[in-house]
Amino acid sequence: MSAATEAAPAQPGAGGGPLLAVENLRVGFATEDGRVQAVDGVSFELEPGEVLAIVGESGSGKSVTAQTVIGLTRSPNSHIEGSVRLSGEELTTQSESQLQKVRGSQIAMIFQDPMTSLNPVYTVGKQIVEAIRAHDSSIGKKAAHARAAELLGAVGIADSERRVDDYPHEFSGGMRQRAMIAMGLALEPSVLIADEPTTALDVTIQAQILHLIQDLNRSRGLATILITHDLGVVAEVADRVLVMYAGKVVEQGTLDDIFYDPQHPYTWGLLGSLTRLDQPRPHRLPQISGSPPSLLRLPKGCAFRPRCPHEFAKCKEVPGLEARLPADPNHCDRCWLEPEQKARLREIEGRIGLEEPA
Amino acid sequence: MLRFAVRRLLGAIAVLFAISVLVFLIFNVVPATNPAQRIAGKNATPQLIKNVEKEWGFDKSLPEQYWTQMKLIFTGEATSYSLAHINIDERILEGIPVTASLCIGAAIIWLAFGILLGYISAMNAGGLVDRFVTVIALIGISMPVFWLASIFLYYLTYKVELFPASGYEPLSNPGKWASHLILPWISLAVLFAGFYSRVLRSSMLDVMNEDYVRTARAKGLSQRRVTVRHVLRNSLIPIVTLFGLDFGVLIGGGAIITESLFNLEGVGYFTAEALGQQDFPSIMAVTIFGAFFIVLFNTFVDIAYAYLDPRIRLGTSAV
Repeated sequence: MSAATEAAPAQPGAGGGPLLAVENLRVGFATEDGRVQAVDGVSFELEPGEVLAIVGESGSGKSVTAQTVIGLTRSPNSHIEGSVRLSGEELTTQSESQLQKVRGSQIAMIFQDPMTSLNPVYTVGKQIVEAIRAHDSSIGKKAAHARAAELLGAVGIADSERRVDDYPHEFSGGMRQRAMIAMGLALEPSVLIADEPTTALDVTIQAQILHLIQDLNRSRGLATILITHDLGVVAEVADRVLVMYAGKVVEQGTLDDIFYDPQHPYTWGLLGSLTRLDQPRPHRLPQISGSPPSLLRLPKGCAFRPRCPHEFAKCKEVPGLEARLPADPNHCDRCWLEPEQKARLREIEGRIGLEEPA
Repeated sequence: MLRFAVRRLLGAIAVLFAISVLVFLIFNVVPATNPAQRIAGKNATPQLIKNVEKEWGFDKSLPEQYWTQMKLIFTGEATSYSLAHINIDERILEGIPVTASLCIGAAIIWLAFGILLGYISAMNAGGLVDRFVTVIALIGISMPVFWLASIFLYYLTYKVELFPASGYEPLSNPGKWASHLILPWISLAVLFAGFYSRVLRSSMLDVMNEDYVRTARAKGLSQRRVTVRHVLRNSLIPIVTLFGLDFGVLIGGGAIITESLFNLEGVGYFTAEALGQQDFPSIMAVTIFGAFFIVLFNTFVDIAYAYLDPRIRLGTSAV
């Protein structure tokens, strides 16, 4: 471990810029059938204390985007372009060993399936201790162990002094995700990336984990990227939302923008397929017809075109991610329709939705 | 953990009992000829055959026969008639240090090289180094032990007198002991090393895709720590399984070819002798002896599993 000999990492938010800035990020993977452009020009900024949700179907590139931020997608088969800056410091050009110092200590990540995300052969405490000591080997094993127990307590695990020596299989799913969060918090990172943190959990536990993330976000100013396909989760905690489709951001805006004034037909479809408890239940939950395109053979122009009932001639050109509402420069989308048309087309039976194709 | 070990040991005893019954049936009940005649050897007098019949209990019921024969074998009173009236159990006991020296030495070599090559191969999967190691491993797997041993004997002891030809030297003179065993060790280890490296390679490639390995990377561990503590550690379980079986077979008298070629008078050597003379009491004793080690090492493997993978410790009580 040479962590102690390296210069101290830059302070979060130093230099006045955003805490985390991703610019025109492109991630491609070489496969036997050709290159797959999993992420195609994604940009966003994250400020301290903010919760940014990235929403999209499986294969939309949301997880790849998040993992690329901390360099987990680096491999001989991957091709990464664009820039990721943490407190002004470029991460994409850093060496693997430099990135190791950022991972865990400045940007922590938790994953979708807590059942498989912890190593079954080590105790939960040992795995947290390992994270602590990887970044600061001056902390003794005993002290790190005590800290691990304290962290488990902080994320709401009862009797944490004893449970710290349990193996992951002795924890329930929700407890494991809490343990993952505790591990993520061990070094007080400034950014937490949560990749579908509640997908594998049942609904009551989902709410608990979301509230935990929200609490941490508020009490520690922990900037959070929340990746999910569940708009219910988004509505609960997010400040801003990116909607991704086929590797591109198709709409971005504040939580209210996305929920009350969505501009992209794909967003309408996502909203329309939500179950609403405050409205009469339709016979069948609406869905977006068709399936996401293969990233190997993207349709020409707008990638959502083949599934979109409102397609017209202009859709054969790729729409840029632009603010199309004069009143709101931060609400951007990739759809050629006029805002007035959108406001009309998205109304289905009194709520927002995507029309069934004829 | 203790309860787990005790339960496993009780299971092992039950398995051994079943094996002894099976061996007894195969050797005494299945063949159509008079077993006493076979035991007495080729030129036995009628009187000798009668004595054997009495000694091995062939004049009694099957359960009594079983009991008499097991008593002979387990109390060390079984004598071989075909093999110059030696005491079978003594002969096996004399062979144990030889066989153990051969097997333990070879096991250290094959584990070290198997794990090293498998690790290198997996870390460079798809690259030139991986392909090179794969070729080496396949050559090792493909070389028959008798061929490799013959080549060693011809070139390294006869043409160039680098090593002593054959035979076993007791451990009281370690230098001599090792110099007599180095060729047998290598001959025996090459096949296993090649095989284990392939198993470890594929096991590591599987584990590398596990979510917890991604977690380990995401928390900022060094690449080395991730591969050794998270990937290698979890990849060793299939190796432990294989090792328990292979080592049990060899130490139970399975290294027949190596021991015979290098003139090491161990259990395997004795097995070859017994088979050559069709000496049924010896073969039966060696078979039970071998089964004992296979079961014993399988039990060790189960206990090692529980150490390697804590989820196993709960066993059936978890369900």
